[in-house]
Amino acid sequence: MIYDIITVCWRDWLVLKRRLGRFILARMISPILYLVAFGWGLGSQIQAYQGRYIDFVVPGILALNSMLLSFNAVGSPLNMSRLYHKTLEEYLVAPISYTSFVFGKILSGMLRGFISSSVIILLAYLFGAHFKLGLVFWFVLVLNCALFAALGFVAAMYMGSHEEMANFNTYVLTPMSFLCGTFFTADRLPVLMQYVLEVLPLTHTSHALRQAAGSGELLWSSALVMILYTAGFIGISIVKMRQCKE
Amino acid sequence: MISINKLTKKYGERTALAEVSLTIGQGEIFGLLGPNGAGKTTLIRILNRLTAFDSGEITMQGTPLTMNSKALQTAIGLVPQHINLDGELTVLENLELHGRLYHLPKEERKVRIKELLSYVELADRADDFVQKLSGGMKRRLMIARALLHQPRLLFLDEPTVGLDPQVRRRLWDLILSLSSQGLTVLLTTHYIEEAEALCQRVAIMEKGRLIACDTPQAMRQKLGTYAVEWVDSAGIKTEFFTERPKALSFIEQLAGNAVLRDTNLEDVFVELTGRKVSP
Repeated sequence: MIYDIITVCWRDWLVLKRRLGRFILARMISPILYLVAFGWGLGSQIQAYQGRYIDFVVPGILALNSMLLSFNAVGSPLNMSRLYHKTLEEYLVAPISYTSFVFGKILSGMLRGFISSSVIILLAYLFGAHFKLGLVFWFVLVLNCALFAALGFVAAMYMGSHEEMANFNTYVLTPMSFLCGTFFTADRLPVLMQYVLEVLPLTHTSHALRQAAGSGELLWSSALVMILYTAGFIGISIVKMRQCKE
Repeated sequence: MISINKLTKKYGERTALAEVSLTIGQGEIFGLLGPNGAGKTTLIRILNRLTAFDSGEITMQGTPLTMNSKALQTAIGLVPQHINLDGELTVLENLELHGRLYHLPKEERKVRIKELLSYVELADRADDFVQKLSGGMKRRLMIARALLHQPRLLFLDEPTVGLDPQVRRRLWDLILSLSSQGLTVLLTTHYIEEAEALCQRVAIMEKGRLIACDTPQAMRQKLGTYAVEWVDSAGIKTEFFTERPKALSFIEQLAGNAVLRDTNLEDVFVELTGRKVSP
């Protein structure tokens, strides 16, 4: 099983390795814009949450960026592979288990999210942000990558076209990017909305990352929610792989 | 080698395969002939466990086939109808990935890839990306990939569709050489000349039903070896004869122009189904 997971990752690593420079460069653009706009621009004009706004917003930017990267690293390519290129069939007829394939793809997605997050952390320090970069912080970040890589897998298996994948981004990921405690806390939003946001996984990533960045401690409740989401999405991914055969 | 008994598959109300039964022997090149939608690809997909069947039995190499049977996976090589090579990888990497997925040891993988690239005449294109290859080269690479793990059964689904005649002939030579090495080949096609050139036996399918199964020669003989074709006000007419003198004397009786030719599988198909095999 381990060998098969490595094989699936090996293929994705070959593709990433060729464009690693371009990948890193492209991944720097959005975070730099966020850091300039919300860190230097808006951040210099507002006092936020008992500290500097840039220190508050960096965990949020990391949460949303690792979400988008890990999701899109798995979602779109797998959806295309299943529906258009039909390369998924090569794995379906091969003597590897569905579980190995799912884990291999999720690990590949996590790797992309992790590389991109590392770049942002570096940039955040260059922009003068202060936060504790301990094991707990990395754990939450990697867990977030796993969660959204798994969600990307689920979406790729459910969505019936590339357009539907784009719609999933628009209707699910974009609202989460802005509302789940990334740029502001939800405590001034209507109560009903707060309840809804507490159900969404990115809210818990933002909470857990911010706690880890501040005190270095793990926010167990949020970590547990994230683990449950991740396990659920992995389970659904494996079931959908089985159903991939008509 | 492959035994199929009363295989049935339905997609909702539509019957894709209706109680199809056939056997394919060791080392045989067996052709499934029929127009698009006849059920050929469905049958190939079922044999590769990509599609579940509703009823019937399939045995390959003495092992019953089920959706969960993994024992047969390494025994089968599949060349699907669509090009499903990984466009983001090179020729070599596509084969390397396949070798890893089929758990070939590193050294064996290296040797087999080198052999097969040479066999399909792609050794000089090993480091090229797949997108740079022509249609014929892609097909040859897919055959090399399917052979990499040394399967005993090779399924080719419309292997030459969309290729020009020259490239098609080269692929035919390749397929014939595989059979001479003892590989059992099941191929689907709607090209009559392909079935006649390659297959020792042919099954004709239409609308999910197997309507004939025999050697191409026996099928032609049953119909009549000689065909006289002429045109009248109603269109092209064909009459079949078992003896050449009778065919010639029939031509003499016809007032218009008529031609004498050998009967082919297209004639057999038209006689059996009332329509042309070409899509």
